[in-house]
Amino acid sequence: MPNNDEVVLSLRDFSKKFGSGCDYCQNPDAELQKNMCPECHTVYAVRNASLDLYKGEILGIVGESGSGKSTLMKTLYFDQEATGGEYILHEDDTVDGNVFNVSSQKKRQIRNEQLGMVYQNPIQGLKMDFSSVTNIAEKLIASGNRNVGQMTKRADHFLEKVNIALSRKYEAPKNFSGGMQQRVQIAKALSNYPPILLLDEVTTGLDLSVQADVLELIKEIQRDMGVSMIVVSHDLAIIRMLCDRTMVMLDGRVIEHGITDQILEDPQHKYTQQLVYSIL
Amino acid sequence: MSQNFAFLDEHSKKEIRRKTLKAIVIPGYQVPFASRELPIARGWGTGGLQLTLSLVGQEDVLKVIDQGSDESVNAVNIRNLIQSTTGVEETIHSGEATLIQSRHRIPEVPLKPFQILVLQVPQPEPLRVVEASERKTKMLHGDKEYSGAFIKLFEQIMKYGHITDDADYPVMVNDRYVMAPSPIPRFDNPKMNHNDGLILLGAGREKKIHAVPPYTKVESLAFEDYPFEVEQFDDKVCRESGLTGVYMDELQDEETGETYYMTNDTSYMLEKMNEGAVNNAKQ
Repeated sequence: MPNNDEVVLSLRDFSKKFGSGCDYCQNPDAELQKNMCPECHTVYAVRNASLDLYKGEILGIVGESGSGKSTLMKTLYFDQEATGGEYILHEDDTVDGNVFNVSSQKKRQIRNEQLGMVYQNPIQGLKMDFSSVTNIAEKLIASGNRNVGQMTKRADHFLEKVNIALSRKYEAPKNFSGGMQQRVQIAKALSNYPPILLLDEVTTGLDLSVQADVLELIKEIQRDMGVSMIVVSHDLAIIRMLCDRTMVMLDGRVIEHGITDQILEDPQHKYTQQLVYSIL
Repeated sequence: MSQNFAFLDEHSKKEIRRKTLKAIVIPGYQVPFASRELPIARGWGTGGLQLTLSLVGQEDVLKVIDQGSDESVNAVNIRNLIQSTTGVEETIHSGEATLIQSRHRIPEVPLKPFQILVLQVPQPEPLRVVEASERKTKMLHGDKEYSGAFIKLFEQIMKYGHITDDADYPVMVNDRYVMAPSPIPRFDNPKMNHNDGLILLGAGREKKIHAVPPYTKVESLAFEDYPFEVEQFDDKVCRESGLTGVYMDELQDEETGETYYMTNDTSYMLEKMNEGAVNNAKQ
């Protein structure tokens, strides 16, 4: 549960569109065909999404594929540019106001020092041909560390934490199983103790026992290190197990949000009801 | 049919000179240029050759080196091409040349203020090993994000216990751009720092020019606990000249099978031997 009421990250009216937009679809309440404007055919991957992330909590985002979950995550990690909206990191004193507007150099710095990201596909988060230690050190080097001894020590610490035998630390992730790659990614994301961790479908494609390991690890990290996390998943069981609060997205919009149990027990929106009752 | 002075037409030379000026004002930055067709294949020194051809004037004295030698096939042919299309004077003495084109060595004699050293570059992008996309490496340079260059060295330390880049060891130029200094040995890296002459680097196949202007800070990348080190030849003596403290080649005597060392910069060795400053070890 959240330690207190302190907000670490907030997003206001965030939008990501592909196309120029027109007078009709500029209106936030305009009806779209799914997420495409009927007039100008602009596609809204995310439309006017807002969220707050509290210190030490895990916020879940659920929704069907194409609902804008991953776009939201990628924009939070600056892999993609936002079209509009405001993104505030409350604990970072080096930026004032909207971090969407800072220079790309500053964005990289925020990304290297304040955020950790675990992608659904480890190829995006790791350099498959470099050893696991080097992959973890990459994040540390990017945030300014130039001491090999310190960095290998830190890498060892986190590899142990994610249960990867140190005898394999010089091996490249391409030789690892999917679950191991995912754990190396988590170790890398955590390596410089970021206050915010973004997890995009981390357990998708892993077998059940490995899934359980990874989920347990995430819980443990939240408990021991007080990291705030945003977890994207389409698996409601995972959301139920991990998340304090949950947001439901559909066609690029946030259609429902609240305490996880409440959303799963008493869904209000038609889509959420369908989603909850479609569990086999 | 008459051939234009220095082979290239004047418009081409002008374009290359303009790109060279840009490279000089942004030390270490790779300036794209329209690499011309030449009578030698791209990747065989055409970048350096185009720089030389665009800069050479009737007053110039030319020296061409290939791996420290003035007499290897590559050096001789490039020198012949330049000489036959310009008629400029040529030399093997580093101190006398105004324009030195070099493949992979900086001469032992320090550059003087009036000298230009042109280096041939096969791969100008120090981040290419970790990032295949040119568009992305440009963005990384723009953001001064050089962790890619460091992780390459870090990986070598992890695998072999020390940095194994012996040539083309990446350098930070003027505290801004990380640059590939062409495959000169690490031994030559410190010579670029605050040197008196102008160093130009041309990559013909990759179509890039970069430069280290005189008196520019050039720092080899390193870690706090794994500092930059040059190759050590402290206990080695050149078998031909008895020179020490220079960059040496390790060779094998074909008859006896014995390993011996010889000064790599042959013109420097000759100069020293003619001066009689060193003992001829053979005597």
